[in-house]
Amino acid sequence: MIKIKNNVAVSDSGFIFNPDTGESFTVNPIGVEIIKLLKEGKTVDTITEELQKTYATDAQTLEKDAEDFIGLLRNFSIAENE
Amino acid sequence: MEQQRYERPLIKRVENDMPNKFGMKPENFPKTSIDGVKVHDLIEKYGSPLFVLSESTIRNTYRRALKAFKNRYPRVQFAWSYKTNYLNGVCKIYHKEGSWAEVASRFEYEKVLRNGVPGSRIIFNGPDKTEADLKKAIQNESLIHIDHLDELYTIVNLTEELDKKPRVAIRVNMDTGIYPMWDRFGFNYENGQAWDALNKIMASGKMELVGLHCHIGTFMLSTKAYGIAATKLSDLALGIQKKYNHQIKYIDLGGGFPSRNTLKGSYLPGQDINPNIDDFAEEISSALLRANFPPDNLPLLILETGRALIDEAGYILGTVISNKRSATGKRTTIIDIGVNLLFTSYWYDHKISPAQEFTHFSEYTTVYGPLCMNIDVIRDNALLPLLNKGDHFVIHQVGAYNMTQWMQFITLRPRIVLIDQESNVHIIRQAETLENFSHMEDTPEHLKTFEL
Ligand SMILES: Cc1ncc(COP(=O)(O)O)c(C=O)c1O
Repeated sequence: MIKIKNNVAVSDSGFIFNPDTGESFTVNPIGVEIIKLLKEGKTVDTITEELQKTYATDAQTLEKDAEDFIGLLRNFSIAENE
Repeated sequence: MEQQRYERPLIKRVENDMPNKFGMKPENFPKTSIDGVKVHDLIEKYGSPLFVLSESTIRNTYRRALKAFKNRYPRVQFAWSYKTNYLNGVCKIYHKEGSWAEVASRFEYEKVLRNGVPGSRIIFNGPDKTEADLKKAIQNESLIHIDHLDELYTIVNLTEELDKKPRVAIRVNMDTGIYPMWDRFGFNYENGQAWDALNKIMASGKMELVGLHCHIGTFMLSTKAYGIAATKLSDLALGIQKKYNHQIKYIDLGGGFPSRNTLKGSYLPGQDINPNIDDFAEEISSALLRANFPPDNLPLLILETGRALIDEAGYILGTVISNKRSATGKRTTIIDIGVNLLFTSYWYDHKISPAQEFTHFSEYTTVYGPLCMNIDVIRDNALLPLLNKGDHFVIHQVGAYNMTQWMQFITLRPRIVLIDQESNVHIIRQAETLENFSHMEDTPEHLKTFEL
């Protein structure tokens, strides 16, 4: 399970601050949605399903991009494995 | 509920330094149509990738260039550099605008003749003119630009059997303050080779010395170099006038003006920093007018401008094949256009615009072509909006050299269309087929069948 770290602040406009590292990030709207869903404890599969309702693309592309994105969240110490 | 256009999730670290080089905005706006024709429609109808040429841009660029010179010097003639783009549909636009033709091979020479250009309006350059080529050029009264002494003597010999007096010029190479100096073509000015060759021509009495030629380089960013070249050729012309009382009819300064493309590694975009045609016209005209030609008898100025006239009129449309992340974490995008079609991506940071609307989010991306070769890179690091698999885009300013130096490597070359001034689309080159290539091959009888 992937989890967004508790102390990481995420604004609706897509601004992220990580107090552990002092770094800030910007995220586009779909990125904000993914982070929100992760915070709600959703799995990648569920997230992909949810997003597919909103966006005109195929499941494979969504899954590939979501995994890539979550990988970056982990690299930036915004998310961690539980 | 209607679904939204998909955009892949993106996260970017907020850096304290500038968002990109010199804090410029991303280089991009969507390019959804060309001369009134929708990019999506073009791809749907003619396929991807697709080269597109704009007749309006060709004509406007040509007219602007001609005006830049004519406003400053009374006698100017352009000769279209065939090697830059020798599609008949393109060449004929230049000929309709009044341009002569400049060629550097027999293949191009024949192409020009078939396009209906009179022999006397063809400039024949290059070091590899065979005896047969020269004979033909002499008979057609073409302007032969002699590259080396062997060619000069071949022409002298040919005059024994032909009843026409060859019309010749020599190509001169020289120091114009540019490094590297192109000294492999023609006769050198500084060491006296050029003056010697001219004397040989005059002394032989067998040829009509009509002009002087140089081509000092390509994508030249120095206008001064052209002033120096014009002055040096004028000096030779005036020397001939004085010694033989023979008038040189034209001075041909070749090509070499830059287009508005951005050279690789340049910090600022080409369209902001490259000198424009007016700057070159000013420098060249001033140098010619300053030379001591009688004002009522100025030599004709010939220009063999290539890329500066056609680059902007050419686009290539393509499609995203895949987005990936490299082992080092870098975003990469694979497109269906490789260096086989876009030779000039070795030279330029070609501008790439999505063919549909996009958000303000963008990402530094390496853009790869589809060929299975490591050198197949279209952009090393382009700040691009988030393109999806299957999205279309437009690569700008590809009109020069790509449609002549392209390679048939593992794929076939695509269609080329011309959009005319009324927004009608014409195919001016068909897509290649496997048939075209099998046609040229033959398999020996003993290799024709096998079992696996
Ligand atoms: C003799 C000669 N003239 C004209 C040209 C056209 O040059 P450009 O495209 O740089 O204007 C070339 C290009 O190599 C050339 O070799």
